[in-house]
Amino acid sequence: MSLSRCAAKPAAATGSRRSPSGLLQAWLPKLVLAPSIAISLFFVYGFMLWTFILSLTGSRMLPSYDFVGFAQYARLMANDRWWVASSNLVIFGGLFVAICLALGLLLAILLDQRIRQEGALRTVYLYPMALSFIVTGVVWKWLLNPGLGIQAMVRGWGFENFRFDWLVDPDMAVYTLVIAAVWQASGFVMALFLAGLRGIDDSILKAAQLDGASLPSIYWRVVIPCLRPVVFSAVMILSHIAIKSFDLVVALTGGGPGYASDLPATFMYAHAFTRAQIGLGSASAMLMLGGVLAILVPYLYSELRNHRHG
Amino acid sequence: MMSFNISFPKTALATTLAASLALSAAQAAEVEVLHWWTSGGEARAANVLKELMEAEGYGWEDFAVAGGGGETAMTVLKSRAMSGNPPSAAQIKGPEIQEWGELGLLGELDEVAEAEGWDDLLPPTVAEIMRHDGSYVAVPVNVHRVNWLWANPEVLEAAGVEMPTTLDELFSAGEAIREAGFIPLAHGGQAWQDATVFESVLLATGGSEFYQHALVDLDPEALGSERMVEALETFKRLRELMDDDMSGRDWNIATSMVINGDAGMQLMGDWAKGEFTAAELTAGEDYLCAAAPGTQDAFTFNIDSLAVFRVEGEERDAQHALARLALEPIFQEAFNLAKGSIPARPDLDMSEFDQCAQQSLDDFQRTANEGGLVPSMAHGMAVRADVQGAIFDVVTNYFNARDMAAEEAARRMVNAAQAAL
Repeated sequence: MSLSRCAAKPAAATGSRRSPSGLLQAWLPKLVLAPSIAISLFFVYGFMLWTFILSLTGSRMLPSYDFVGFAQYARLMANDRWWVASSNLVIFGGLFVAICLALGLLLAILLDQRIRQEGALRTVYLYPMALSFIVTGVVWKWLLNPGLGIQAMVRGWGFENFRFDWLVDPDMAVYTLVIAAVWQASGFVMALFLAGLRGIDDSILKAAQLDGASLPSIYWRVVIPCLRPVVFSAVMILSHIAIKSFDLVVALTGGGPGYASDLPATFMYAHAFTRAQIGLGSASAMLMLGGVLAILVPYLYSELRNHRHG
Repeated sequence: MMSFNISFPKTALATTLAASLALSAAQAAEVEVLHWWTSGGEARAANVLKELMEAEGYGWEDFAVAGGGGETAMTVLKSRAMSGNPPSAAQIKGPEIQEWGELGLLGELDEVAEAEGWDDLLPPTVAEIMRHDGSYVAVPVNVHRVNWLWANPEVLEAAGVEMPTTLDELFSAGEAIREAGFIPLAHGGQAWQDATVFESVLLATGGSEFYQHALVDLDPEALGSERMVEALETFKRLRELMDDDMSGRDWNIATSMVINGDAGMQLMGDWAKGEFTAAELTAGEDYLCAAAPGTQDAFTFNIDSLAVFRVEGEERDAQHALARLALEPIFQEAFNLAKGSIPARPDLDMSEFDQCAQQSLDDFQRTANEGGLVPSMAHGMAVRADVQGAIFDVVTNYFNARDMAAEEAARRMVNAAQAAL
């Protein structure tokens, strides 16, 4: 609805010529892209299919093709650790995406107030994104280690009863993943929102002001709805970071204590590659894919449909 | 170390000689060996084998894959095997040898074994692991003992306690050490370390026969029994002797806590000795070793071995030479001095080894004769990787959970053993 009003979009350049060179020009992009499409068809969709086939077999150490139907899925459903990993993904993914969006939007709005040194601040907030998750994980592992990091520091200041031992607490360990991941990604979301804010047509804001809207309600009713496409891309990017999270878990908690902070990706790796259960690992990979599709496809569909008919 | 040093120049000389010969004799047969002996001492030790091979005119293509107890190396090996191009030999151990054997990928070493008299040379328990379908398919390079207790004598003295020999003594010594201001037991909260401690406790409370029933034969009755519950409860009590920050800590960090005098003791296999040695400490003086409390009459072994893959022609000769040389005294001695383990052949002169290794060998032979020699579950010698993983999950989850009853953990253990089968 409101999308088309938010930003003036340049009309798409259309028009086709019918000369031979025009024909080549029409075909050239397709020709150039063909190899990479073929490669991604094979390596992405081909291997998805292969993983699905493996998930129906009793493969152990190496792939084998003795089909056992959906027995691997049944075993997975009976596996306690799988449920821990799945519910962790819901907690981690949900909190990570929500907090990143909220924090990123807040930072972007604050930075958008024509403040001094905006460029420097933007860089500071954006910088964590330049680190790999392994580095983030190791840094936060030290910060969150009760005997070494924040807890030890605050106790050193004289607050002897201060406790911040989430990293070694099986019930709270998964939230340390959220902390580290939010630290890493919220600056990036801020940059996305900032770009979105800059793209909003000033005249809309002026019109709202003329109508006597207060600043909060301008943001709430005009600016944020205008940012919907940005929210869409941010959710896309963040949710796929959340689902494929592997390196962060390995570096920060190692899945521990016990397997309390396991995520499906680490579960899949452990079973397929170190525990000689390729069948079970493939089944968990397929369920991960299913989970991603179940969330993203409806979202994609509704957003893109809106976009087209908006 | 002495004999290692003396023999070194000889080998080096032979190597250069052989190398020049090999160059003239066209392309000499080569072995490609996949291993993860990549830490300083281990790499030097592996190099001894390489030099022995080259001295006989064979080429050695090193295929070292570092990291994580061989997990990465195993992944590489699987992809190589799947593409139909396995290396000549790879560091594979325990029941995994049988799994590779069942896939029909392993070669056999019976000729070498017969010529070298492996049947007489190797202890029967060791020889059994190296065979698949009655044929030798692998050669052992060392024997690690897992049920060890390491201690810092200064900490023990400060707390006024002796090296504990029973679990009760361990708990009371732990209390005294804590009161003296030290961490009683250094530990790293990783699944395999939890399992390492657990199997030593189970061995102490249940005895080696029960250990065999429960963790090797996976007898559901033993896994769900009252004795298992008792072992689990005792294991959980050990947590009181550990510090709060252990989650995710690596084993060598825990060992360095003992070395630095922050902690009193550690339950860990004899690879921990490598850390003590690297810190230039002497066994019996600067650090103490003893069988894990209550397990003096048992020996949980962890044997590294090189399994050979099916190859053809000249590479096969080289492979056989490799298998023969791996049991040569010179390699066995150099390698095991670096690894902290004991030689896989018990007939060697042990005078170069420290007192921990000498005790280890004595106990190994005693338990082999009298019973009590059991494979280590935590180190993949007792059960296959999937069962081991399922047991790890139960053990580490129980150890870290606030409110899981030992009965519940025992019940899950039964399920784990069955579900994984």
